[in-house]
Amino acid sequence: MAHPVKRSNAPVFWLLFGAGGMLAALLGPMLVLITGIAAPLGWVLPPDALSYDNMLAFSRNIPGKLFIFAVVTLFVWHAAHRIYHTLHDLGIRRNRLSMGFCYGISLAATLLAGYALVIIGF
Amino acid sequence: MKLEVMRYLPESDPEPRHQVYEVPYSDTGSVLEALQYIKDELDPTLSFRWSCRMAICGSCGMNINGVPRLACRTFLREYFPGPVRIDALAHFPVERDLVISAADFIAKLESIKPYIIPRVERDVSEGEYLQTPLELEKFNQFTKCINCMLCYAACPQYGIDPAFLGPGVIALAHRYNADSRDGAAEERMGQLHAEEGLWSCTAVGYCSEVCPKDVDPANAVNQNKMASALDYFLRFVKPGDKS
Ligand code: SF4
Ligand code: FES
Repeated sequence: MAHPVKRSNAPVFWLLFGAGGMLAALLGPMLVLITGIAAPLGWVLPPDALSYDNMLAFSRNIPGKLFIFAVVTLFVWHAAHRIYHTLHDLGIRRNRLSMGFCYGISLAATLLAGYALVIIGF
Repeated sequence: MKLEVMRYLPESDPEPRHQVYEVPYSDTGSVLEALQYIKDELDPTLSFRWSCRMAICGSCGMNINGVPRLACRTFLREYFPGPVRIDALAHFPVERDLVISAADFIAKLESIKPYIIPRVERDVSEGEYLQTPLELEKFNQFTKCINCMLCYAACPQYGIDPAFLGPGVIALAHRYNADSRDGAAEERMGQLHAEEGLWSCTAVGYCSEVCPKDVDPANAVNQNKMASALDYFLRFVKPGDKS
């Protein structure tokens, strides 16, 4: 039996998925704790830790930009890949449309994040 | 103890059905022995495969209470007081009763060249190929595969799309790729790079759970996903590659 031997493009998405998953596991819970609980409740952190001025300065600084870009985009690529394969398991088999939809959203989010980080200034 | 056994006689049954048999219970009796009792004493029309009755030939795989297992190494005592439901191995076309067609698996197995293709040909007079314990360890667990196909019955992706190369064959491809004496990894990787190769796998991991030989095919798939992903990009910079 001849087997299909067309090379898959999955590695591109799989690596983004893997990177996003690793980042989510390492940083996700901490980010939820800081932005969702500790900062609003004024726990541990100084009251103005996530204030507008501080956050603006953070997003204008190059390492800050990189951090925001990586966290936003890799998380989204991770989610898109998960949703794409979950749809497959739920009966919407892998097809161009579901692929375009899932990865299209993450591509759009990536471009948007990049754009926002540029126009917010340096 | 009651056994509800899947029956399918293509000449008379439009669909598989289940037939209940009462078999003598013993603490040390296996499901395979119970089936043999049925065939010898109750109903000679029942068909099933077996050979070694010691978990080495890999021919007695079936779904026992929904779980892919070897009938010869599954004991009635695990299901006391019963009943136990016996189905043909999931995801494969059923030929008759508990006998499935392994044609797809065999074709896939052949397609990955499951034998050593020496990196350097040596004459017998030059003596044996030497390997360090570390080199042996890299592939040793994957040599334990007995081609029982339980991992295919466990794999939901194979169930959805039987074009998937599947856990067992990938584990065996890895067994040869990871062997320092072998030089044909590139040839085998062609199959693995495909969507129906490694990339149909969604890392469910049930294959490794049901494997009666602790082969851990899921691990082989993962190692190769990484290798395949790296190769996807590095092939552009690798010298002398045809992509
Ligand atoms: S990997 Fe394990 S479950 Fe799969 S065919 Fe080989 S021995 Fe059977
Ligand atoms: S009879 Fe050989 S593995 Fe069960």
